[in-house]
Amino acid sequence: MAREISIKDAINEAIDQEMGRDPTVIMMGEDIVGGAGSPGEDDAWGGPLGVTKGLYHKHPDQMIDTPLSESAYVGAAIGAATCGLRPIAELMFIDFMGVCLDQIFNQAAKFRYMFGGKAETPVVIRAMCGAGFRAAAQHSQMLTPVLTHIPGLKVVCPSNAYDAKGLLIQSIRDNDPVIFLEHKALYDAQTDVPEEPYSIPFAEANIVREGSDVTIATYGMMVPKSVEAADMVKADGIDVEIIDLRTLSPIDMETVLESVEETGRLVCVDEANPRCSIASDVSSTVAQEAFDALQAPIQMVTAPHAPVPFSPALEDLYIPSAARIADAVRTCMGSRS
Amino acid sequence: MSDKITPILMPKWGLSMKSGTLSAWHVEEGAEIVPGDEIMDIETDKIANAVEASDGGLLRRRVGQEGEIYPVRALLGLMAPESVPDSEIDAYIDAYEMPEIEDDEDEGLVDQVVELGIGRIRYSERAGEGTPIVLIHGFGGDLDNWLFNMDALAESAPVYALDLPGHGQSVKAVAEPGLKTLVAAVIEFLDHLDITKAHLVGHSLGGLIAGRIALDDSERVQSLALICSAGLGAEINLDYIDGFVAAASRRDLKPVLRHLFADEGLVTRSMVNDLLKFKRIDGVQAYLESLRDDVFGGGQQSVHVADQLGQLGIPVQVIWGAEDAIIPQAHAVAIAGANVTILQDAGHMVMMERASEVNDLITSQL
Amino acid sequence: MSENPFPLEKDALLAAYRRMKTIREFEERLHVDFGRGEIPGFVHLYAGEEAAGVGIMMHLKDHDRIASTHRGHGHCIAKGVDPADMMAEIYGKSTGSCAGKGGSMHIADLSKGMMGANGILGAGAPLACGAALAAQKLGHDGVAITFFGDGASNQGTVLESMNLAAIWNLPAIFVVENNGYAESTSVDYAVASDSYVDRATGFGMPGITVDGTDFFAVYEAAGEVIRRAREGGGPSLLECKMIRFFGHFEGDAQTYRAPGENEDNRAHRDCIKMYRAKIVDSGVIDNDELDAIDAEVMTVIEDAVQHAMSSPMPGLSDLTTDVYVSY
Repeated sequence: MAREISIKDAINEAIDQEMGRDPTVIMMGEDIVGGAGSPGEDDAWGGPLGVTKGLYHKHPDQMIDTPLSESAYVGAAIGAATCGLRPIAELMFIDFMGVCLDQIFNQAAKFRYMFGGKAETPVVIRAMCGAGFRAAAQHSQMLTPVLTHIPGLKVVCPSNAYDAKGLLIQSIRDNDPVIFLEHKALYDAQTDVPEEPYSIPFAEANIVREGSDVTIATYGMMVPKSVEAADMVKADGIDVEIIDLRTLSPIDMETVLESVEETGRLVCVDEANPRCSIASDVSSTVAQEAFDALQAPIQMVTAPHAPVPFSPALEDLYIPSAARIADAVRTCMGSRS
Repeated sequence: MSDKITPILMPKWGLSMKSGTLSAWHVEEGAEIVPGDEIMDIETDKIANAVEASDGGLLRRRVGQEGEIYPVRALLGLMAPESVPDSEIDAYIDAYEMPEIEDDEDEGLVDQVVELGIGRIRYSERAGEGTPIVLIHGFGGDLDNWLFNMDALAESAPVYALDLPGHGQSVKAVAEPGLKTLVAAVIEFLDHLDITKAHLVGHSLGGLIAGRIALDDSERVQSLALICSAGLGAEINLDYIDGFVAAASRRDLKPVLRHLFADEGLVTRSMVNDLLKFKRIDGVQAYLESLRDDVFGGGQQSVHVADQLGQLGIPVQVIWGAEDAIIPQAHAVAIAGANVTILQDAGHMVMMERASEVNDLITSQL
Repeated sequence: MSENPFPLEKDALLAAYRRMKTIREFEERLHVDFGRGEIPGFVHLYAGEEAAGVGIMMHLKDHDRIASTHRGHGHCIAKGVDPADMMAEIYGKSTGSCAGKGGSMHIADLSKGMMGANGILGAGAPLACGAALAAQKLGHDGVAITFFGDGASNQGTVLESMNLAAIWNLPAIFVVENNGYAESTSVDYAVASDSYVDRATGFGMPGITVDGTDFFAVYEAAGEVIRRAREGGGPSLLECKMIRFFGHFEGDAQTYRAPGENEDNRAHRDCIKMYRAKIVDSGVIDNDELDAIDAEVMTVIEDAVQHAMSSPMPGLSDLTTDVYVSY
């Protein structure tokens, strides 16, 4: 049965169901249970935002709190993945990958290739991403392009609860290392989610809205912003098609190309910084593969080439807004507001 | 207000429908409408279909504009005899309270769930008087296949539609997937609702289930309506069945679903997505494979009920889409003594493509 | 036949000799062939350090895991990886252990419990913690050993991993292969603590320092820490003080060494010579038996080189395979 639940609950449910199905699924991270060794309650936190709350009591042997040692426990998750477990390592914020990147990109990502195809590393690294929490430069980044650059990693960034559950289950069952990015500003967003476990294959973009004039290719928090923008330009008679890429590596470029062949116009919306981003990647592919279909220059709406600022006034300017997206759509159509 | 004015309203197709787009009018102001005429095309995020007039009359005013979105029950047009003055038409329109687009689950009209021995069964119910009509969908379908039938049929009798085990939002973990289990599950469902007598309406595999119930428990069945039914001949389009079972992506599934309709344009992205959501639930793939092997193993239909149904003495109505690409319409005449109707411009999903005719045929037998 | 004074049966003594000798001849041959320009890339040789690797690995089974270092050939051979596959890998051939995609620094064989040589210093420690955690969670008696040099002992990953292993009571063993030099930099300069045992103590785990050139000293100490780990007693640190016969990498002029240091090491601190002398002097093993092994080893190495040289290079069709299980 489907019912409306939040992304937060969908993630919790996915982990719960997979741990129940497969005892080799374990999870480790900082305060994912909370209160380990402390005099107060068990399961004190369930993660800083309570995403994993309650899992410890259901799966006490599979939920492991770690010390603040990202290199050690992310590396341990990767090592364990080559030895018969299916670990989920939670990096509280993707920004923290700076201290354990070696384990992610030199170890997990490369084992299979370096070892001539003789290794499988079924590890999932879950992390919060994205701006909007007034959390400043080291807790707000959208580092997707850094990760998609690396062969051997898969990168997933859902925008709704249905996708979050199905893609997380797929990530856990997948035999390659997967970086699963959860936008902290979307945790409470609700959609219909089946109670049963289900999985969504990677490299399948979701067409959120069909339209005939302009294609928006985006992911994560920028999906609801693009929907808002599409509603804004509807008044101008512009019919926008919105593609939620959902997985960034592998990426479903085919759906974007098919859409652009129909609409002839493309706006790439990315919360990441602009250089070598998902937006620039999609843009370049479309320019290469569907140049003849384009009726206007491709537009990119991204964060500026700057760190995420703290001041609410600045952060609001930093994050691509629906108004900026709408403007880009109008520019694409040859009219400015 | 004149009771001579008949409003044309935005229909509600299924529980999730909150609004629809009036994509095109098919009748001009001043035209005479006969019940069953296609008067407009409506598109929702789930489905696109023509709206057929349930009443007749002179179309005096097209209120709804093409391309606009209207909430369910919004006033889209007015029929009235020529004798009604324009001023009265205007007054009717002014007085009509346009509904808001609803955000919440409405009207208490929600699907219901019951825990049976087989597991959880989802069903939908429309209240009414008399012997109930029970709608049984086909292989890979669900109760939303009856989107255009439930409300219309409810004008004549109580209506129930269920998701079979392994389908829709009913239980997915089914111990012995196969026809026997499905028949037993429907009987258990009828027992649970104290339905001792029913008009069974079955589509495709659901028709075979209905027929099987009639043979096993004939006291229970007042009449049968079998729509593009299985069980009446050997042939079945295995390419469709296998394609449906195997399809893992939008790209795989969409062309397969096109086989279901005479008008391929009826296969919307949303229909494809909803089916993919169903197919991606744990256990569904294996269930569908087992069910296929049970009923269509060996490349053809393995259970035949036509001869026995012909001898049963229960009224049987057989309805087929002339362009059915899944089960050949030649099977329609397999049951001796049945009323047979072949509807043109319709495929396997004839109850969606020719909803009002199918509804009329079903009610004619009540 | 004399009484056997050693903790290993005669067969095991011979097997240990064969493994050490195989490592030595493998590395000596690589040194020569690298000098002739036959070998692409970077090569870091284990010659001189054999007693440590073999002394530890004699206790291990296939389900025990090791995470190795950039100087990994010795660990591989000691853990049972096939020398011919290794040689082909080092030559970059498609028949190599890793189909030519890894090379000297990334030889792995998970079926033998060899989690990979590693080009990143200290990176093996977290991975070994993971292997130990897997043994703990899956309920088998496997242990995980991470090797690192005196240089990598200063990496945060190693220190974080020691803490993690201690708080989770993991069946993990941290082996410091202290050959005195981190590349060209002396341990006296780069390591703050005078004693690795003190570091272990700081993390609440036992630490032992042994003469890594003495096979029996290593074997005995390793036996103790491995037994403790298997029995649920948690992690330990084992420091093996040892000698590297060659430079950090092939091509290293080794100007940082004292004059005559290498010659002295070869003459007086050769772990294989010392081992051979002990087992022969005890009367348990004859020189003839060892000479026969020497000859067999030379054949194994020669065959490995021939196999490597005659094997095909990988081609374009191999360039982008094995990146993912599925993509």
